[in-house]
Amino acid sequence: MRITVETALAHGLTAQEYERIESTLGRAPTIEELGVFSVMWSEHCSYKSSRTYLRGLPTSGPRVLQGPGENAGAIDVGDGLAVVFKIESHNHPSFVEPFQGAATGVGGILRDIFTMGARPIANLNSLRFGSIRHPRTAFLLRGVVSGIGHYGNCVGVATVGGEVAFDPGYDHNILVNAFTLGVVPADRIFRARATGIGNPVMYVGSRTGRDGIHGASLLASAEFDAESETKRPTVQVGDPFTEKLLLEACLELMAPEMSHHLVAIQDMGAAGLTSSSTEMAARGGTGIELDLSRVPLREPGVTPYEILLSESQERMLLVVRQGSEDAVKAVFDKWDLEAVVIGRVTADQRLRCTFEDRVVVDLPIAPLTDEAPVYERPVAEPQGADEGAKLRLGDLPEPVDYNQALLQLLESPNLCSREWVYRQYDCYVGGGTVVRPGSDAAVVRLPGTDKAVAMTVDCNSRLCLVDPYVGTVSAVAEAARNLAASGAEPVGVTNCLNFGSPEKPEVMWQFQQAVAGLRDACLAFGVPVVSGNVSFYNETEGRSIPPTPVIGMVGILEDASRHVTQWFKGEGDAVVLLGRNREELGCSEYLAVVHHQVRGGVPWIDLEIERRLIRAVVAAAHEGLLRSAHDVAEGGLAVALAECCISSETTSPLGAHIELDGGFRPDALLFGESQARMILSVRRRHLTRMREIARREDVPMSVIGEVRGQRLEIGDLIGIDVAALREAWRTGLPRALAGPTGS
Amino acid sequence: MRWAVVTFPGSNDDAQTAYVLEHLLGETVVRAWHKDASVDAVDCIVLPGGFAYGDYLRCGAVARFAPIMRAVERFAAGGGVVLGICNGFQILCEAGLLPGALIRNRELDFLCRRVHVRVEDADTLFTNRCRRGDVLDLPVKHGEGCYVADEATLQALEAGRQIVLRYSDAGGRVTPEANPNGSLGAIAGVRNARGNVFGLMPHPEHACEWLVGGEDGRKIFLSIIAAAGGALDPASAPTSSKVLSGP
Repeated sequence: MRITVETALAHGLTAQEYERIESTLGRAPTIEELGVFSVMWSEHCSYKSSRTYLRGLPTSGPRVLQGPGENAGAIDVGDGLAVVFKIESHNHPSFVEPFQGAATGVGGILRDIFTMGARPIANLNSLRFGSIRHPRTAFLLRGVVSGIGHYGNCVGVATVGGEVAFDPGYDHNILVNAFTLGVVPADRIFRARATGIGNPVMYVGSRTGRDGIHGASLLASAEFDAESETKRPTVQVGDPFTEKLLLEACLELMAPEMSHHLVAIQDMGAAGLTSSSTEMAARGGTGIELDLSRVPLREPGVTPYEILLSESQERMLLVVRQGSEDAVKAVFDKWDLEAVVIGRVTADQRLRCTFEDRVVVDLPIAPLTDEAPVYERPVAEPQGADEGAKLRLGDLPEPVDYNQALLQLLESPNLCSREWVYRQYDCYVGGGTVVRPGSDAAVVRLPGTDKAVAMTVDCNSRLCLVDPYVGTVSAVAEAARNLAASGAEPVGVTNCLNFGSPEKPEVMWQFQQAVAGLRDACLAFGVPVVSGNVSFYNETEGRSIPPTPVIGMVGILEDASRHVTQWFKGEGDAVVLLGRNREELGCSEYLAVVHHQVRGGVPWIDLEIERRLIRAVVAAAHEGLLRSAHDVAEGGLAVALAECCISSETTSPLGAHIELDGGFRPDALLFGESQARMILSVRRRHLTRMREIARREDVPMSVIGEVRGQRLEIGDLIGIDVAALREAWRTGLPRALAGPTGS
Repeated sequence: MRWAVVTFPGSNDDAQTAYVLEHLLGETVVRAWHKDASVDAVDCIVLPGGFAYGDYLRCGAVARFAPIMRAVERFAAGGGVVLGICNGFQILCEAGLLPGALIRNRELDFLCRRVHVRVEDADTLFTNRCRRGDVLDLPVKHGEGCYVADEATLQALEAGRQIVLRYSDAGGRVTPEANPNGSLGAIAGVRNARGNVFGLMPHPEHACEWLVGGEDGRKIFLSIIAAAGGALDPASAPTSSKVLSGP
């Protein structure tokens, strides 16, 4: 086959990129080589548009054992243990085929974690769908949720938290971001560096089929159009049962008595065999030689081109010591998995692939990885954004019935209970789940210790659309507040940056602003970014999604029994507000739900105050003062208070009598989404101590009421039975899904 | 006492079950592998939760052919105590060691939540540390937990006092709302006629510690331990801990 620039264009490369390939090689590439370039230079694998920005992120710190650049990041949590975590997108596959797309998203992130030698103990996910009224939303939501459940439940890793949001901006491009955290002895983290000239390269796991070919290049790195449905064959099909076997076999091989056999290991994820072999060689400063005719195949006739590009799931590439082949094979035999030597490590820093004695690929490694194209894309601030930010409170009528407004908010798609979603996920397996889904952050005990890890994933894309810098800062702050509300001290960040096409200057501006916000907020909180993922091209027929930088944050509780949950615990406890109320309604859920307006400026944010608030709450939790703690987020103070009353799954709802003194319009007081606020409940005898802590950290604190009775009373504005609040909140999502457009 | 916890490919709660027995209850645990044709001398075999063989074809349908199941059958036939939790319950039904079958939940979706179960009979090897009518707070997590059997079997189960646990509300009332999966007769756990094999859909091993899931699940394990100590009618007690070997 003669390779021309047209062939390159069909592979998603540009004419300039093809020119660069020819001049690097001094010849035209083979079709297999072109395939290798197309996936390695894809946005998904090369980070060619984002790399220059990501370099500015804070990635080091005393606890960091592994920053970005490996399969996942690692943080030292003491007691000789480390946690390994990462979040990754599987957006386009999930839109094309929601069940398998979401399922294989979970599978991929799980492999990134156990590749490092860590046993996964928790999954979270961050999901964005279109309007709940869009005809496809119910189908997509059902498919994604059952796909996530199917995979995680069967592999046996607890799904303990996440977030789901609905916005018309995702009608044609949903987001499925999957997070996994694992635990490993701090001195036993495995890395993916192919070293030791002559060491055998082994292929383990599922056989290679024709699924997922060009998933990374054509599906993940290009925008959608009306033809996108035809890309279904590029979506991989997952088998969680095989993943479970692969997980156990790999961890068995990595155990102390076996691990001397293993040199390096990497998941065959995006771009399959090509990227795993190339990246391992690049990190090791070596080359790799593969005999593609030895790769186990699902069916006869799979071509070398397809073998190189297949994204068949549940496969790993290993570099083992010479002479260890049989020992390694025995482990995989035990778990009924294939393990085949398909090549060896070479000294020449080239990727060389043969197929039936024919050389099909002979490429230098560096141009595929470290010397891949890096783009400084044009950046331009979008015009007209200021118009949307305008909101004159004076023109906005106040609701006639505040009870009605609160009920309307509690049952609305973005605020109602997520029970319908998380009851489909096994949150118990593994045995460490201390705080299950439904509180601010999930808390999971670290095996063999009294410690626990707290995890959350957060983003408010409505803020990011108006101001991606402040929106991203707010996402980091909210994540930190959620961890603090569970009693945990934030220690590390991973992120999944979901944006439109990087070829649009306005999108690149959003991206630049978001990364700057991420950097500044992480510096302010002193939490390093240890892993992450960029997902560009989230757009359909020219329309980009709202910028959605999802923040995954991990915190540590030194004493798991000191964890805190968001719901009130007992009558007579004092209800405390930390932070200040401001007269702000911009970008609020209240504006969207009650007034059908999405506008206004972003809430005021001050990272210094956020930092002090978090310190105060963590200190109070550490002293055991907090009966409950809840971040004030979407829906504002009234919704947060209602959630404190009704969100316990195992105990009866509790009422509260609250007096608020804002001195400004009541709807802004009740439903405004000012940052840096937290609702606590404490025993009265602990109020003095709580005041001391607030004073020490210089955080405004007011006692706004007490837990009492079976009604939520807020001044003379709100007075509703908690049973009615709970009914509206609990049934919101199932009712919306069963609605006129539901299936 | 000595326990064997079986690991099938796809078992997920084997490690947790072993952890509870060893670290929380101080018991001795041997781990049995699905390819084993025999089990060491033990007093009780546990088939744990999970997705044995991926639950392909039908839950438990492949697992029942595993070599270890021949040993489990011989053990049960000799009066040995067998506990099947969730997927283990499904496997016991497929293997014919327990009556009935477990099919797709009434609402079709996988279901993970806490349930209450009422102890219908405290005079068993598995519930003797409870009182009749006690309500246990345990988690369920399954897609196929709807217990079904034909009318004659159900009547025989009732008559033989083989229904050990039923889904109920917190007050012990058996209501349609309290039945999470549509099980006939709200059956959450049954024993065989001889009384030495017990299967249940809820997960006692995930309710043995205050910090993670409560402590009601301990009662099931402690009952088995108490029974092994000879507290029960000898006729229904396990025969012995004899060594079982392969054919």
